[in-house]
Amino acid sequence: MSSLTLYASDVVALARKDLRLELRARDTLPAMLLFVLSTLVVFHFALPTGTSADAAYGLLWIAIVFTALLGLARAWAPEREGGALDGLVLAPCDRSAIWLGKTLAVLVFLTAAELVALPAFALFFAPVDLVAVAGVVLASVGICTVGSLLAAMAAASRGREVILPLLFLPLAIPLIVGGVGAGISPQGASYLSFLALYDLVFAILAWATFEYVITE
Amino acid sequence: MTVLASGDERSVVHGDCIEKRYGRKRVLRGVSFAVPRGGFLVVTGSNGAGKTTLLRLVAGLAAPTRGVLEVNGERGDLGFLGHEPLVYRELTALENLELFGRLYRVADRRERSGMLLERFGLWDARSDRVSTYSRGMVQRLALCRALLHEPALLVLDEPFTALDDDGAGILDTELAALAGDRTVMLSTHDPARVEALATDRLVLT
Repeated sequence: MSSLTLYASDVVALARKDLRLELRARDTLPAMLLFVLSTLVVFHFALPTGTSADAAYGLLWIAIVFTALLGLARAWAPEREGGALDGLVLAPCDRSAIWLGKTLAVLVFLTAAELVALPAFALFFAPVDLVAVAGVVLASVGICTVGSLLAAMAAASRGREVILPLLFLPLAIPLIVGGVGAGISPQGASYLSFLALYDLVFAILAWATFEYVITE
Repeated sequence: MTVLASGDERSVVHGDCIEKRYGRKRVLRGVSFAVPRGGFLVVTGSNGAGKTTLLRLVAGLAAPTRGVLEVNGERGDLGFLGHEPLVYRELTALENLELFGRLYRVADRRERSGMLLERFGLWDARSDRVSTYSRGMVQRLALCRALLHEPALLVLDEPFTALDDDGAGILDTELAALAGDRTVMLSTHDPARVEALATDRLVLT
């Protein structure tokens, strides 16, 4: 088996493990679905009639980012509980596979939440076009890429519930700008390029630095 | 610093004047030791003497603040049992061993998992989630995980903890079979139990 195939099979095994854990424990996904839906419902009733689509897109992104934060805060909980992260760190596999597996699992959870959020948004606020959907997809990749790295950093600290938002939200601002821009701007494609570049840069950074984040 | 290197030096693990601090608290001071290939080092000391810290340093899970620690071997050559079981509580014993077997590159992981579960008396509970296990069963599974890839260096932190007489007996047999063939570092509060196997002793104060 080539090293790339081996790496991919490690990533798939780790991501599948997270999905299996979630199917059993149901700790994260139900909370994310409930949160994103209830947030949009609250926004719908809180905002005056005739609110512009521009403002509504901002609210969509607030809902998405905080839903992601909810998932990220729980992302490394199974590894913390039984010390399983030490077992993974000691394994002779490439340690970046641990990060990538976690990123894929969180992306699946966030995508599921967005599959509920986007129809709800279209129902309550404004139609969603293909460029906006592409913006959500690209921004979600960025959120999970950066978020799973920062969540691993926060998981090692005592004040993880406070540290994660402090680290994550500033880095999520470009994603919010890109996501909102893709939804409302006539130059949506430029925002998509910006999001793709963000994803690429931060994926490389996270891939290269994860080993140092999880080892002393 | 910790050096993890391949080589065939006489000592598999060699520590020289190791110091470890957590913030201002000094946990280890001036610890020196060597474990030859096939050696069996028993680490003893009172609570808080730094046994767990030392073994985590050897495993590469932490780095010394000062001193030199050399571990000759690849990362996958090491089997570690810590205070935590290092398994997923919502997976079954078989699923845990399958996952770690894959990551530790165990070619015949199904057969090896089955054999270890049988040997440690967990075969009947192989499809139960670890969260339903007793503390002793979790410890048995943790031992299965540590031994799964037939490591050349075994680092065991108080492995008899939570084991009943049967479990401790199984571990005695397992350690006796490994002694001489594998290099073992083991911390315990009951050194008499492994006295016959020990080739070296390290007392932390």
